[in-house]
Amino acid sequence: MEKGRNTGLARTRARSTAGAATVFLLPALILIIVFIVYPVIDTFVISGFKWNGISSDRTLIGLDNWNTLIHDEMFWKSFGHNLTVMVFSILLQIPLGMLLATFLDAGGKKFNIFKIIWFLPYLMSSVAIAFLFVYALATNGGLISSLATLINGKKTTIDLLGKSPNALFTIIGVMAWQFTPFYMVYFVAGYGNIDTTIYEAAVIDGATRGQYLRYIAIPLLGPIFKTACTMSLIGSLKYFDMIWNMTQGGPAGTTELMATYMYKLSFQQFNMGYGSTVAAGMFILITAIALLFNKVFRVKEDY
Amino acid sequence: MTDEYRASKIKSRIAWGIAIFFAVAWLILTLTPFFFMIMNSFRKQFDMLQQGVFHLPDPWYFQNYVEVVTHDFFGYFFRSVIVVAISLVLMLIISAFAAYPLSRMRFKLNAFIYAAIVAMMSVPIHVTLIPIFKLTTTVGLYDSLGSLIGPYVAFALPMSVFILTAFMKTIPKEIEESAEIDGCNRYRNFFMMILPLSKAGLSTLAIYNGVSMWNEFAFANTFLITPQKKTLPLALGQFKGEHSLNIPINMSVLTLSVLPMIILFIIFQDKLVKGMMAGAVKG
Repeated sequence: MEKGRNTGLARTRARSTAGAATVFLLPALILIIVFIVYPVIDTFVISGFKWNGISSDRTLIGLDNWNTLIHDEMFWKSFGHNLTVMVFSILLQIPLGMLLATFLDAGGKKFNIFKIIWFLPYLMSSVAIAFLFVYALATNGGLISSLATLINGKKTTIDLLGKSPNALFTIIGVMAWQFTPFYMVYFVAGYGNIDTTIYEAAVIDGATRGQYLRYIAIPLLGPIFKTACTMSLIGSLKYFDMIWNMTQGGPAGTTELMATYMYKLSFQQFNMGYGSTVAAGMFILITAIALLFNKVFRVKEDY
Repeated sequence: MTDEYRASKIKSRIAWGIAIFFAVAWLILTLTPFFFMIMNSFRKQFDMLQQGVFHLPDPWYFQNYVEVVTHDFFGYFFRSVIVVAISLVLMLIISAFAAYPLSRMRFKLNAFIYAAIVAMMSVPIHVTLIPIFKLTTTVGLYDSLGSLIGPYVAFALPMSVFILTAFMKTIPKEIEESAEIDGCNRYRNFFMMILPLSKAGLSTLAIYNGVSMWNEFAFANTFLITPQKKTLPLALGQFKGEHSLNIPINMSVLTLSVLPMIILFIIFQDKLVKGMMAGAVKG
């Protein structure tokens, strides 16, 4: 009897919990389903059609688009550019951000002005950065060419955005300028989270600031380091805004990324069926790389 | 002993010297593009090439700013303010709603729903662009500010729910229990206890998502066509289209569009790092 009453109460309580949880979760779930889950599924559906995005008639062509995608040189070239951007983003932004954060952490409050100024690029939108750098790197009246002219003593032009191998690496450089501050603040926060008693204990044991950083603080940042890499990885695989406004994938497709390629196909050429296929392909590749990265890193952490 | 101490002191001096050298170098690298932008925004159109970039503007020319402001700059500006304000408020309420049961209630699907929401973080917006474009034309929101609010809120949710759930887990359970004994139900609990105690987490989310919504380009560029309906990130392209050869005017647009962010950042910069700390532990 007693027992029965108890489980009854527990059941009522569980039911009311489930009810409350549903009420609280519903708005978020509806929005996510309408604007993320359903669109992702629909992208895969549209990839089976030939469709210009406007007219109501679309022809089902099955896997034809996917067959085109697999043999589409431009898509795989774009993916290659994404990988290049990804590797150099991780190699540049994260170590630089970490160095700057280490400097700020070691210096304390008196270096606050460095922190404020170093953070400024991250406040600019990618679009604004694109416009600014198109002019700042122009061969005529741009910063680099003017500087080269000044050093050389005669008119010198350095074409950073108009030529093939330069353009992609220029963009990688500008991206480092933009995103390093983000990782800097991220690592500053990481250092700030380390318990001060650990530092005090290290000092009592006779460690210098440098030794503390090298043997205690930096190893403790491990998990944060992993998250930063994952963010940078996903970010560079879906990169769009800046390239779109800076080079539109040019010159001659040498800075084309998956996202700019997809956008061009869908909203300039109105080939939405194939555009969706490219988007879906992009989704598959990004998910696969993110999963792979997580797996490799977890193995490394275990020993 | 003292020799050793002196040697280590000198060594640390040298290390600091090198560190400060590189710190200043990065400072210059950070500031030069801003310097280029601001100086050129005060030049006349043809002075830029004649004077060269390292020369101060001569004369200082303010007409560019007048030109930009009289060509609907504030229209773009306020449309962005409206979209960001509405999206941000909705996003904060909805993500706090979702984080509450995920962090503090035990029910069957909790772990699954949490994992599903967090997994949405890595979905690139381009995968959803065509279907959402289709959706906005179907419901008649195409080419209106309303088309942006849904996607802005939805795409900010996964990260926000992730951070707020971690944040709310740190609030002691006893607070709710004592409130419950005093006769609070779950809904009152949420509004009277949990929401006020999550203020620090919410303010960080407001800063980060505010910045990214303020700067959002891909959705806005796809859904907004009429110039009188465009948001600030699109103003840059609009002005460039109309004054493609007048670089100083473009530089004034850039300067004006970055300025509010810089002012807000200087006011709230402490919150920025503190909020990151809350997110970073769990990350």
